[in-house]
Amino acid sequence: MANLIFEMHAPGRKGYTLPKNDVPTPIATCIPQNYSRTAPLRLPEVSELDVMRHFIELSQLNHFIEKGFYPLGSCTMKYNPKINETLVRNPGWNNIHPLQPQDTVQGALEAMYDLQRDLAEIAGFAVATLQPVAGAQGEFTGLKVIAAYHKHNGDTHKTKILLPDSAHGTNPASAFMSGFEIVELPSNDKGMVDLEALKAAIDENVAGFMLTNPNTLGIFESQIEEISRLVHSVGGLMYMDGANFNALMGLVKPGEIGFDVMHYNLHKSFATPHGGGGPGSGAVGVREDLVKFLPYPMVTKEGSQYVLSNNDQETSIGKVHAFYGNFGVNLRAYIYIKMQGADGIMRVSRNAIINANYIMRKLEKYYHVPFNDNCMHEFVASGEWQKEKYGIKTLDIAKRILDKGYHAPTIYFPLIVHEAMMIEPTETESKETLDAFIQAMIDIAKECEETPELVKNAPQNTPIRRVDDTLAVRQLNLHYTW
Amino acid sequence: MPFISNTEEQQQEMLTACGVKSFDELISTIPKKFIHHDRCSLEDAYSELEITRKMNALAAKNTADFNSFLGAGIYDHFIPAAVDHMLLRPEFLTAYTPYQAEVSQGTLQYIYEYQSLICELTGMEIANAGMYDGATACAEAILMAVRKTRKTKAIVCGSVNPLYLRVIQVYTEGQGVEIVVIPSKNGVVDTDALAAAIDDKTASVLLQTPNFFGNIENAFAVEKLVHASKKALFIVAVDPISLAVLNAPGEYNADIVVGEGQSLGNSMNFGGPLFGFFAAKASLVRNMPGRIVGATLDADGKTSYVLTLQAREQHIRRGKATSNICSSDQLCSLAATVYMCLMGPAGLKEVAEQSTTKAHYLAGKIAALDGYAMASDQPFFKEFAITTPRPAAEIVEVLKDKKIFAGVDLSPFGNPDMLLIAVTEKKTRTDLDALVAALQEVNNG
Repeated sequence: MANLIFEMHAPGRKGYTLPKNDVPTPIATCIPQNYSRTAPLRLPEVSELDVMRHFIELSQLNHFIEKGFYPLGSCTMKYNPKINETLVRNPGWNNIHPLQPQDTVQGALEAMYDLQRDLAEIAGFAVATLQPVAGAQGEFTGLKVIAAYHKHNGDTHKTKILLPDSAHGTNPASAFMSGFEIVELPSNDKGMVDLEALKAAIDENVAGFMLTNPNTLGIFESQIEEISRLVHSVGGLMYMDGANFNALMGLVKPGEIGFDVMHYNLHKSFATPHGGGGPGSGAVGVREDLVKFLPYPMVTKEGSQYVLSNNDQETSIGKVHAFYGNFGVNLRAYIYIKMQGADGIMRVSRNAIINANYIMRKLEKYYHVPFNDNCMHEFVASGEWQKEKYGIKTLDIAKRILDKGYHAPTIYFPLIVHEAMMIEPTETESKETLDAFIQAMIDIAKECEETPELVKNAPQNTPIRRVDDTLAVRQLNLHYTW
Repeated sequence: MPFISNTEEQQQEMLTACGVKSFDELISTIPKKFIHHDRCSLEDAYSELEITRKMNALAAKNTADFNSFLGAGIYDHFIPAAVDHMLLRPEFLTAYTPYQAEVSQGTLQYIYEYQSLICELTGMEIANAGMYDGATACAEAILMAVRKTRKTKAIVCGSVNPLYLRVIQVYTEGQGVEIVVIPSKNGVVDTDALAAAIDDKTASVLLQTPNFFGNIENAFAVEKLVHASKKALFIVAVDPISLAVLNAPGEYNADIVVGEGQSLGNSMNFGGPLFGFFAAKASLVRNMPGRIVGATLDADGKTSYVLTLQAREQHIRRGKATSNICSSDQLCSLAATVYMCLMGPAGLKEVAEQSTTKAHYLAGKIAALDGYAMASDQPFFKEFAITTPRPAAEIVEVLKDKKIFAGVDLSPFGNPDMLLIAVTEKKTRTDLDALVAALQEVNNG
């Protein structure tokens, strides 16, 4: 493995230059001694070349989109256009301060205003807030909006959030954080919301229903009208987890099929890079009568001026970010939408769906696909056959996929499918790439039969072999010690 | 077709392979009436050249080159060029969260190094991989203290950034947490009022130092008050740059240390993306929110890194997780890691010292002007509040015409005749003198 940067330390070595201080004053005259640091500051002393070599060496150990295919279900690892990175580095974007006078940031406010509306238009809502910085924070924000709506109406008894057992883990976690009681509903034999279970759970105390559509099995919840009718009949609101919105863009508007609130994952559907775990953006769209509950400020237009409006501060849930969210990420999504245009947005969902179905049909002979109706932008296969016949787990198959030069699918999720492998190709991948991946998967299925040890001992070709997770927990080592 | 690889012919070929005649047949599970066949009302597509023109024209409507003294949590510190070169590496930029450790050692090892650097800087025993920003890091620290102590009263010193306080309120109200705000006195927390508020129901006390007004709080004194209560945890929010010259929170026995990390190698970006750092005593590790990387061995006995203690997190623990956080602002912590390595102890100290001495030079000049005075006589770091002879909003407006952003007008925070002025190492004596001259002129004029 690569050395740690600390191990390259040489006392006195420098990796920076700064101008000479032109108002030199002894620091001791500024900071009283009893407030001055006495602990040693043991950061590595390295050169710029040391730093570049070290982090480039680390970078070579990663899988990333430009290196290879990323069939990671629910994560929408599509190609991230390079022009976005170039344009957002204009100092007019990245060197502006959030508290500048508003007439000196009219370009920024115009872009935000436009994006608030474009996102709303694409999903059929009145407007979207750009403040939440990640999908989970979008969920939290949307749920707080639902809570504020009920409180505003005097319905303080509405304390329950319903969600299906196929939901992302963030859904119940966000519901808990926003103060709701969580009621989990079983899915039916088609992998969809069980209407009977929903009817049984519906009562006056239901504040809302959180649903991913298409759901985490990649299936469109075709009973959505009935579901939303039931939830609305008791005054509940419909929340859509937009993690899978890539399947619907330009095709179906969630705001028109019964949803009242939805978060978008701009780092999924709208092509902003994942960054190894963010920064993302979790914008939230709502129907007209919920706008007044969104976090403040929103960008509004007064005459020809764009303004940060605190008009709804009284009804608003408050703030989830000190400023306006991940502006730099939102800009990338804005550029992406403008480059897609009305026609391009429709092609996104179309190609995402075709690509997913193509892989599913080519692989269903080799891997169990428990719900094998036509899928949307992703599908869930299972390693159950391989487990039964050869004692090979989905984890083993995933690791063998790494050996073949691909990232593994999302595994063991959703929880309702045994040995799950959730595969999402996205629209940006070519048939040639998919064919090569399909062949690799077929080869692995054969290996399970013929050379099972090869699969069980995978990966062999990656920078490291399987890691000892238990050791990591048992002997916690979370930082370098000098 | 932007960013789509398959030709029309290939799409048709694939539909046939799926056993359907048309795309509509493939999506027959969607009720027909929901499907849009017509275009939505978005604009027509921009080509790369057209969007470049549009975005550059919009950017030109933003002012990025004034002599700026804005701060309040977001600071314009110098960023070495090498930082952005690393952020542009697709190996880091387009990688997913490092769940598959075998093909993510690059991300995992730098996070381990980042955690190590944060521990060194703060003088704490453990750090996580990062939070969204300083504000949510404060809120999550309070929620963590509430979980750990099983108490529900969370005290926040009134000198904490008021923008953070708003986020804290939204984050904690669903958990039945009672937020008690302690007033400030002469620019720092009123320790008498604080002492009176701390009781055996107290889960935590949040102190920010340097505080919103730039003043350095007496953290040693506050710590004694907090820990006089048996269980209460001492949460401190700090400016990471300040720690090169000010006491590390570990020196004054803080339990949890958080802060806004933007100053460490990240551009201002109109306030986002940012990232929050989050450090604590080792005994609190299982209560931490967010991702944590640990060292371990692979099957061949090689040192490797892996996401650890995942049983705390939402994808395992669901409704009982320590937080709902999933994607955070990881790449911003890469910028911070590269920045801290480039600057080293000497560079970070020089940044902190130049910011401090320049701020003090400026404060001295302004306080000597007729009509202006320091808002308090506390020791301060790189930012300070002054009282103004005219409403601060007017001063900001007039100085804007001189291409100066004079500072943050504190009237929205209840101080109409107060201006908050931030200084970084990037300021030259000429920049500082220009502000002094303009402030003098605005009073005389």
